[in-house]
Amino acid sequence: MFMIEKAIVGSRRYWTWILFLLGVIGVGFVCYLRQLSYGLGITGMSRNVTWGLYIGQFTFLVGVAASAVMVVLPYYLHNHKEFTRMAILGEFLAISSVSMCMLFIFVDMGQPWRVLNVMLHPTPRSMMFWDMVSLGGYLALNAVIALVTLDAERKGVAPAAWIKPVILLSIPWAISIHTVTAFLYSGLPGRTFWLTAILAPRFLASAFASGPALLILLCMLLRKLTGYEVGTKAIRGLAVIVTYAMIINVFFLLMELFTSFYSQIPTMMEHFQHMYMGMEGHTSPLLFWGRASLALMAVALLLLLIPRTRRNERTLAVACAVTFLSLWIDKGVCLVVCGFTPSPLGAITPYVPTPPEIMISVGVWAVGALMITVFYKIALSVREGAEIWIEERAATPLPAVK
Amino acid sequence: MKISRKGFLQIGGLSLLAVAGKTAIAELLGKGEGETPSPPGAAAATRWAMVVDSAKCLEKDGCTDCINACNKAHNVPVINDPLHEVKWIWKEPFENALPSQESAYTEAKFRGKPVMVFCNHCDNPPCARVCPTKATWKREDGIVMMDWHRCIGCRYCVAACPYGSRSFNWVDPRPYVAELNPDFPTRTKGVVEKCTFCEERLYKGQAPVCVEACPEKALVFGNLADPKSEVRQLLESHYTIRRRPELGTQPDVFYLV
Repeated sequence: MFMIEKAIVGSRRYWTWILFLLGVIGVGFVCYLRQLSYGLGITGMSRNVTWGLYIGQFTFLVGVAASAVMVVLPYYLHNHKEFTRMAILGEFLAISSVSMCMLFIFVDMGQPWRVLNVMLHPTPRSMMFWDMVSLGGYLALNAVIALVTLDAERKGVAPAAWIKPVILLSIPWAISIHTVTAFLYSGLPGRTFWLTAILAPRFLASAFASGPALLILLCMLLRKLTGYEVGTKAIRGLAVIVTYAMIINVFFLLMELFTSFYSQIPTMMEHFQHMYMGMEGHTSPLLFWGRASLALMAVALLLLLIPRTRRNERTLAVACAVTFLSLWIDKGVCLVVCGFTPSPLGAITPYVPTPPEIMISVGVWAVGALMITVFYKIALSVREGAEIWIEERAATPLPAVK
Repeated sequence: MKISRKGFLQIGGLSLLAVAGKTAIAELLGKGEGETPSPPGAAAATRWAMVVDSAKCLEKDGCTDCINACNKAHNVPVINDPLHEVKWIWKEPFENALPSQESAYTEAKFRGKPVMVFCNHCDNPPCARVCPTKATWKREDGIVMMDWHRCIGCRYCVAACPYGSRSFNWVDPRPYVAELNPDFPTRTKGVVEKCTFCEERLYKGQAPVCVEACPEKALVFGNLADPKSEVRQLLESHYTIRRRPELGTQPDVFYLV
């Protein structure tokens, strides 16, 4: 069932990694139990900064999940054959990311026992309702697609024809999950930092840079660990996508800065001032992160834009790591916290995540890493089997959806 | 008839989806849960509102009578850690409470002076709009109410409120309630709370407890829908301002300056 048997045979290295992840998850879980009994006061969040690391990670990971579309779209819609060996990796990355998103929402709840109230009292006027619908749907779509295509591959046949429309549906759906996530923020009247029509486009741009950057790194890692080769062409193709997305993201950021600082409207400037320049009389920990993100974005752009450094896989790996890190800081740390500081009443409340809060977050990331490990293990085992089978038959190439 | 395991699971899954989807679709078609009816005895058209006489409020220096009365009546925890504070009615410097009025030459009697702030009971409340479980909603009499047993603690309403009027219970509030009022519920950790215009007192025909406690009678409460009410008379005859009117939330709390 679900080819899970492929995940329980593995080398010593594989099992050590699995056990390590389980250990990290265990520590995170213990911290979560403490949070459950003490309350969210165990975190660094406060009356003025009511969302923090958890919601930041959620927002960032919705982007990673949505970015699978950057592989799926060229492959299925434009028949971009280079991505043949990468598509399934992108889909499994999406499944793992959406699962992490859901966990981050869950650990952020004050009354997690009541989570089903969201379904018991569905409220379409709340953007959170639509976030639940879009995330749940995206998870289901990707799970079905990955399972059906992989199962077909295992049997050495072309996937059932009905999967094609499902795959096509997953493309706009991917855009929708990140748009709705941006709408969570951009429709709030008192929060000027988020109250911008460019938030959703910028979310998508940064997602399409950070997600594929992570996928490139994962592909390189897979090659090193297992010898599975997605192909230089695939990696280069994806690197071009990362480059364009990063340029658009930085362009959007500059547009934000222009609108805020040329208009000179204080409520529009103050959040950027707080993040990039510092406010008088306040030393904010956010200042370090904001500036680090800017600097890393610049480095990433440089490495991506110069053809030599983009094509060289070593420098590309650095470029991808820097891209991922800069956008993780920007979206996973700064975006949420900065929207709350200064507060609508002008209060500047520093936010520093506490050790239990960090460990819970690391624990959720470890759940995602565990899922990716197991999924990739299954996918690669199936593919190896299929390839041997094909070689033996010396017959048709890898089956793909027509 | 024979049902295979696969077929059984498929039918079961579809049935579950149908049940879950039914409520959502009913909601989309406008057949969802209705609004809470007004209490018996309330005037046919009721729109509760408050007028704060900021100058009168400043007459007795350092007075906190309304805050104390409210905290006591509603078992509001008094937590000294500013990160975890729960506030229903509190003092905010003039410039922060009414940022649209901010200038370097603010009238001396208000410059840096405290103004009483609490929930504005907006006519168009963003907090109620964003709540994913309808745990907060606007009643027909204008009160923005909460259900502390339904709230899942997502704090979306806190992010949506442009006035900082909502407090989340970061820790168990009960140890911080000095003198328990057995007639009002305490809250649990993990839910959001705020001023309710003392709806439990309005129900009995009494004015909000802060209004009653104010020695200067600086808080005036009444029915905006009634042209003869004191609040309407005040609004007719005086210039009043509201907090951040440009946001379109239509607060039902007015400030006399």
